[in-house]
Amino acid sequence: MFIVKFVFLHFVCLLQREREMALRNIMGKRVRIGLMGRRLLSTATCDVESGNSKSINLYSAINQALHVALETDPRAFVFGEDVSFGGVFRCTTGLADRFGKARVFNTPLCEQGIVGFGIGLAAMGNRAIAEIQFADYIYPAFDQIVNEAAKFRYRSGNQFNCGGLTIRAPYGAVGHGGHYHSQSPEAFFCHVPGIKVVIPRSPRQAKGLLLSCIRDPNPVVFFEPKWLYRLAVEEVPEHDYMLPLSEAEVIRQGSDITLVGWGAQLSIMEQACIEAEKDGISCELVDLKTLIPWDKETVEASVRKTGRVLISHEAPVTGGFGGEISASIVESCFLRLEAPVARVCGLDTPFPLVFEPFYMPTKNKILDAIKATVNY
Amino acid sequence: MALSYLRSSSSRSANLLKPLSSGLSLRSPISTDTTPITVETSVPFTSHRCDAPSRSVETNPKELLTFFRDMALMRRMEIAADSLYKAKLIRGFCHLYDGQEAFAVGMEAAITKKDCIITAYRDHCTFMGRGGTLLEVFAELMGRQAGCSKGKGGSMHFYKKDSNFYGGHGIVGAQVPLGCGLAFAQKYSKDETVTFAMYGDGAANQGQLFEALNISALWDLPAILVCENNHYGMGTAEWRAAKSPAYYKRGDYVPGLKVDGMDALAVKQACKFAKEHALKSGPIILEMDTYRYHGHSMSDPGSTYRTRDEISGVRQERDPIERIRKLILSHDLASEKELKDIEKEVRKEVDDAITRAKESPMPEPSKLFTNVYAKGLGVESFGADRKEVRATLP
Repeated sequence: MFIVKFVFLHFVCLLQREREMALRNIMGKRVRIGLMGRRLLSTATCDVESGNSKSINLYSAINQALHVALETDPRAFVFGEDVSFGGVFRCTTGLADRFGKARVFNTPLCEQGIVGFGIGLAAMGNRAIAEIQFADYIYPAFDQIVNEAAKFRYRSGNQFNCGGLTIRAPYGAVGHGGHYHSQSPEAFFCHVPGIKVVIPRSPRQAKGLLLSCIRDPNPVVFFEPKWLYRLAVEEVPEHDYMLPLSEAEVIRQGSDITLVGWGAQLSIMEQACIEAEKDGISCELVDLKTLIPWDKETVEASVRKTGRVLISHEAPVTGGFGGEISASIVESCFLRLEAPVARVCGLDTPFPLVFEPFYMPTKNKILDAIKATVNY
Repeated sequence: MALSYLRSSSSRSANLLKPLSSGLSLRSPISTDTTPITVETSVPFTSHRCDAPSRSVETNPKELLTFFRDMALMRRMEIAADSLYKAKLIRGFCHLYDGQEAFAVGMEAAITKKDCIITAYRDHCTFMGRGGTLLEVFAELMGRQAGCSKGKGGSMHFYKKDSNFYGGHGIVGAQVPLGCGLAFAQKYSKDETVTFAMYGDGAANQGQLFEALNISALWDLPAILVCENNHYGMGTAEWRAAKSPAYYKRGDYVPGLKVDGMDALAVKQACKFAKEHALKSGPIILEMDTYRYHGHSMSDPGSTYRTRDEISGVRQERDPIERIRKLILSHDLASEKELKDIEKEVRKEVDDAITRAKESPMPEPSKLFTNVYAKGLGVESFGADRKEVRATLP
């Protein structure tokens, strides 16, 4: 039985109270999560369990993935602002020393330029791994991603493509980020056919998913939950492994309600599930992993089992990706649904400064919504 | 109390006269003295497509002492912000301006409060220069109601409408096209004012800057683009990020001027020149050769990409406050003791402001929803659970 262990470290100075509570070891024991993961992980990952694994955090896992990517493909490049010394989150440490400045290099401060340059590099058959320092800064590159990267293969009739492009960006709240270091812009990109949007929830997932994204023949935007960079620690296999894209994972079995989420929000939802368990509500937790194209089958199967669904994400509720999931579920599972689809998301305001604890979809808000949905 | 002409006299006689003057004054009588003094800037200006202004700058004792006081206040304020951050009273991001104060004071000396200023996130001192109070600064840094943005903006978003300070902006380079828009409005309203759009050496490589520059030049807008070149874009040295670190020449068809940004008088001269130029013939780029002692922000020690020797070297040779102090002392406009007293006064002011700022409360939770849209639009905002929480945005 492969036991996935999450060890959450406690950084008082960086966290809001509730998030601190969410991440504290429950009763001092290691939390068993995703026990059933093995059966539900697809066959492509059967080599995940084999080999040695080490307990590392998210940025180290991503670092390892990048090392592997550059090692296995001589035409892979990593570039972005400040990546050469290791990056502001240490995700790219050691790459420049090991692979040289010709393959791992800094760019000037110009996101539009970085992505455009990456598209060109990828169009020539290289693997361009571009880093946008914070997801909040991705907007100057939005035109390049939406109008150039996403449509390249389509408009050239498959003559050209920029599938080798992967854009990595840290996203999400971190407790003190304020307006421009905390945004979750995944919904904007989910509206663009032609690219994939992938968000990992933990170090092990991150390494596998990132390698899949890099090797995927489509341009991918990979959002990394910055809050988990140091906080999430997990056993990560040291070898090269990939996790499949567009496959959601049921990380907690339940029968009363399905919770759908991604990234850092899952740990908050997990805490809500555990609390709900005490009230006798059995929650099924689904990690979407890939937002577009998303795994409708897994989510629908789960909803058919439970009859209720709750979606949670940090981005503002109006126009957030939860709306798409909700509409889709209602279309396909309308008669099975026992209650309206609940969305517990960020508020419809700009990401606030001091008001962050009010804005965030916290464990208690999710718990309230779970109870309301179950008791509908 | 015309003590300004003691240049030629020896220090002996100056010492004799000083006790007399200080004995007669309550504060410093020289602070109202406006007899002109001419000072040469430290280095000549370098120009691109224009005639550089003269190196001789007209000033007076009042101005010099004001410079000294204002810069000492700014320096003290930034250092205090550093300690507050480390004490976790200021959260989030805090980008300190110490070392670069000469630009804030020099620019203000050349312009009026009707001229607009827009800058990036290193805006505490620029805000002070525009007439902001210490209380507003510290309260905003700590996220309190008494802050200039009511605690909703934080360190990077200081604004002051009544003195046309269009603020601090988080996204690098985004404020420059905005600044050119302000200049367009000014030209349209024909009120003989200009806009100073400030950005850093890192932002100089953003595409939107060149778009804004082209439009400003095409339409002859009174926009002055100021590159505060502190030689490091966060941790990246300018020569690593820019093919041409001569930022004043980057405008190509737009004239430029390179200025010693640590010399408040050179800054004043350059800004005066730039304002005249902008009103007459359109945009101009000013490159301020300046330096910041702190790292990029409070999470940056500032020593991983530059040597401590470099920092202390600049502090010794080019510190803006020291320069003005030497000028004041060499022209016998005040004694060492008086200057030290000013610094003590300033320190006390800063401490008082911090105490008062700490007393200010955090904004009300209901303020989370205010000012998302214009008031009274009645737009509904949905809370965490769309059915449970509905707030009509005020």
